[in-house]
Amino acid sequence: MTVARPTTLSQAVDALAAMPDAQLLAGGTDFMVEVNFGHRRPTDVVALRRVAELRHHATDGDEVVLGANVTYSQMQTELAEALPALAAAARTVGSPQIRNAGTIGGNVATASPAGDTLPFLAAVEADVVLASPDGTRRLPLADFITAAKRTAIQPGEVISEVRFPAVRGPQQFLKVGTRNAMVISIACCAMVVDTDHRRVRCAFGSVAARPLRPTEAEDFISDALDWDTLDAETNAVDRFAALAAAAAEPITDHRGTAEYRRHTVKVMARRALTRSLRA
Amino acid sequence: MKPVLSAAAPFAPTAPTAPPHSDRKRSTDRGVGTSSSRPDGIPKVKGQFAFSSDLWADGMLWGRTLRSPHPSARIRDLDTEAARRIPGVHAVLTADDVPGEPNYGLEHADQPVFASDVIRYQGEAVAAVAADHPEIAWRAVQAIEVDYEPTAAVVDPEAAIDAPPVHPDGNVFRHLTIRHGDLEATGEVTVEGAYAVGMQDQAFLGPESGMAIPGDDGGVDLYISTQWLHVDRDQVAACLGLAPELVRLTLSGVGGAFGAREDVSLQVHVCLLALRTGRAVKMLYSREESFFGHVHRHPARMWYRHHANSNGDLVKVEARLLLDGGAYASSSTAVIANAACFSCGPYRVPNAHIDAWVVRTNNPPCGAMRGFGAVQACFGHESQMDKLAAALDMDPVQLRLRNALRSGDELITGQHITGTAPARECIEAAVAHPLPPEPTGKGGGPDDPLLLPGGAGRTADRADVRRGVGFAVGFKNLMYSEGFDDFSTAAVRLEEGVNGEPVATVHCAAAEVGQGFVTLAQQIVRSVLGVDRVVLRAADTRVGSAGSTSASRQTWMSGGAVQAAALAVRDSLLERVAEARGVEVQGARRKLLTLRNGEVVGVEGRFRLTLTDALGGRPVEEVREYRHAPTMPLDDDGQGDAHVSYAFAAHRAVVDVDPELGLIRVLQITTGQDVGKALNPLQVTGQIEGGIAQGLGLAVMEEIVVDGGRIRNPSFTDYLIPTALDMPDVQATLIEQPEPGAPFGAKGVGEPPTISSTPAVVSAIRAATGIDLCRVPVRPDDIALSERTP
Repeated sequence: MTVARPTTLSQAVDALAAMPDAQLLAGGTDFMVEVNFGHRRPTDVVALRRVAELRHHATDGDEVVLGANVTYSQMQTELAEALPALAAAARTVGSPQIRNAGTIGGNVATASPAGDTLPFLAAVEADVVLASPDGTRRLPLADFITAAKRTAIQPGEVISEVRFPAVRGPQQFLKVGTRNAMVISIACCAMVVDTDHRRVRCAFGSVAARPLRPTEAEDFISDALDWDTLDAETNAVDRFAALAAAAAEPITDHRGTAEYRRHTVKVMARRALTRSLRA
Repeated sequence: MKPVLSAAAPFAPTAPTAPPHSDRKRSTDRGVGTSSSRPDGIPKVKGQFAFSSDLWADGMLWGRTLRSPHPSARIRDLDTEAARRIPGVHAVLTADDVPGEPNYGLEHADQPVFASDVIRYQGEAVAAVAADHPEIAWRAVQAIEVDYEPTAAVVDPEAAIDAPPVHPDGNVFRHLTIRHGDLEATGEVTVEGAYAVGMQDQAFLGPESGMAIPGDDGGVDLYISTQWLHVDRDQVAACLGLAPELVRLTLSGVGGAFGAREDVSLQVHVCLLALRTGRAVKMLYSREESFFGHVHRHPARMWYRHHANSNGDLVKVEARLLLDGGAYASSSTAVIANAACFSCGPYRVPNAHIDAWVVRTNNPPCGAMRGFGAVQACFGHESQMDKLAAALDMDPVQLRLRNALRSGDELITGQHITGTAPARECIEAAVAHPLPPEPTGKGGGPDDPLLLPGGAGRTADRADVRRGVGFAVGFKNLMYSEGFDDFSTAAVRLEEGVNGEPVATVHCAAAEVGQGFVTLAQQIVRSVLGVDRVVLRAADTRVGSAGSTSASRQTWMSGGAVQAAALAVRDSLLERVAEARGVEVQGARRKLLTLRNGEVVGVEGRFRLTLTDALGGRPVEEVREYRHAPTMPLDDDGQGDAHVSYAFAAHRAVVDVDPELGLIRVLQITTGQDVGKALNPLQVTGQIEGGIAQGLGLAVMEEIVVDGGRIRNPSFTDYLIPTALDMPDVQATLIEQPEPGAPFGAKGVGEPPTISSTPAVVSAIRAATGIDLCRVPVRPDDIALSERTP
């Protein structure tokens, strides 16, 4: 096994070009589990941890930039004010050790239906930036994640950044699990009440193969909301929640039933909106 | 060949915790009754403790097991040729390679070392390999070709009773009946209920691991994590076809047990591989394999009908209990005896009609786990007591107090309690603690949003939450029952140390699995002999059996053996001094000489002699066996003096529930626990907090999900155990009523915290939601999707 240890993004891209079958390794919190279970037997590895430039983040411009190596711990602390819903999502991931290792790039690359940062990134319509020997390209997250644990990443590409327009207004993250910490989500919800564009944006995790944007529900509540007072009729909130639940495509597995997952979408949608309006 | 690490490493050097010589405390400051600190405590916290998974020997091989993916199948063909041909593979063993008994088992040898023709559960061992490297061993296991013919699995325990036999020994491990008093008696009020308990796992943190080293004499040395070295030895020796003395076991660092290490897991496999290859072989299960490599707590289905008079006096209990034992017997027959004997709870029940079955299925094998049958029954009887209180319009605590057992009362087995039975005191102590503070709305403390149901997921606001309070009481037997010859052995040696100070050495095979025997043994010897420096030898089979570290028995049994051996050392030493001094020995010596503060003194003050001088360069060593009072088997009506002693505990749980999402946070559990006498109050508190965590886990999250005989969640990602954010504040009151006949008056304390904490939590959830929850663990949708959710 060859392990490349680049310190710059261009070195990483070169290393991957030299070893086209290599596995990219950042925090390893998904990858090493698969290795330990024997599901993957990598021959070569490009280790990204030393690529310092992928660890940067910027939230002060018109566009938010998050380097792929930004860890959950960084999101939880360094982004708590700028992106409170992302910070809250990061707080729900695993244990402190996992949060110190796992990265936003890894969460996007794994593209698990239960990826905890993905609903937020879907709600803010983030782009994934991919670097390759041919340069860089940007793909909307909705196009990047093609199916459960499937992405549009091409051979030779490295996720370098996640970018999305700066957004103002209240934001929430809620996650249902059977334990009060360190639990895979049964369902989760990220919401941004975008006061600049007068649009409620939300997405749900673990209730479909990919992060679920209930656009009909968003359209409805964005029209029903009094944007000057940030207020809504109770029955409008309930209708929004019901529309969101109707959009969900949950499955039954050992973590929860489809019926319960759909129910939690309704409850989380209502609570997230109510909290945002109250705030 | 010697392993670099042996069990001697963690315990033998007491130095890491012993203060410098100059300010060393007096032995009495660290004797019985003090919260003396654990010799292995600091190494464990610092990550320096050597667990069995750390074992290492130069040139060792790595063993690995091939397991069946099917819960029920026939093996049509098994071909190991390809695996054998892999470079670096040194042995591939199957059932044909077992030289001795083909089967093993704790009470009935019904489990094959390797399945040869029939697979009876998912994960059953089929073959084992030894290779130069774990990766090669993994590849070799993949290369073994097995042609399975899957067959219909028996997975419903009720259907199993009449189903075609899963095993030649039949599908009913034991059907136990208790018929007590007037079976025609009826009460003015009756309540009925059906209850279910899911399959809990012990979820110890250190997976199964051990190392076998072949001996020059044809025997084998096995370094192993276990709960009972000698019962392992006997099973391993039988399967190896060796005399027991050729199989030498040494306890290695144990990372928790809770019953899951009572049965043999890798012991026979690793010894076979070592003997076949002539090399040291190490085995270490992954977390996933561990879920298939040990027994679990029996799932239960229970039906109860309680009869009471309108004043609240219990008249009769009828119950039918069905436990799923899975594919092999393990300790099922003893578990069902406990479930039946303690089916009615710690109450005076004059009339009882109990039927209890434990059956064989193609589900994962079940056996010992903390609480051992009493846990399942307690969820049933305490749910019933709440129901009865509601039917009688009585306070549930008052109903329990009214019926609580007392010393001298008769149990449903016809046995009278001769020891202490402070059920009432436990109940009163549990409810005497103040309730947790109400939220203030000002933020912080009880307003911390992380402490609401949903925790870090931040799903609830305070307005979404309802609070409930629940209560439960439980009891169980201490030590082995039903006529078992239950004993422990200890050797104590007193000699002059290198610095001229007296040193006592304890040799006892009691398995330290985290419960604290290593601390207690030191405390006992300090108190009896007045020496500060007490060294524990590694627990091994070179000394007699100490029995199992289970049934809350080691403090009583091995504590008793250590006390007896230490007292014998004292007497021998006094005798020696008396002889040397010309003091008459026979009869009179105890009047004239005694041991006080580490010195031999004449009672009339005529002389003082340090222990070192008294020893005069000649060590004193004594070995003693300790037995508890004998018990009897139960007769056909389930009657008989089957148990030795009982321990009681009561729990009050305060729970916040988010009814709409079905999420729960337990805020506080208060408890009164009958401990006899707390020999180390800090360790007792540790047992209480840990046991409550495990009971809470069963109440709200811990379950091995089995579907068609297959485990769906064999990982700590999906088998959830409580985290720090799930653990409530615990307030404990120790009820100290010394137990007659028990060494130092102490009762075992490990199991009672786990028994009634589960029903107390569920009772609190019922109180908060109004939903009649009758299954544990309570799942979010049991609450959120209940039709009775407002």
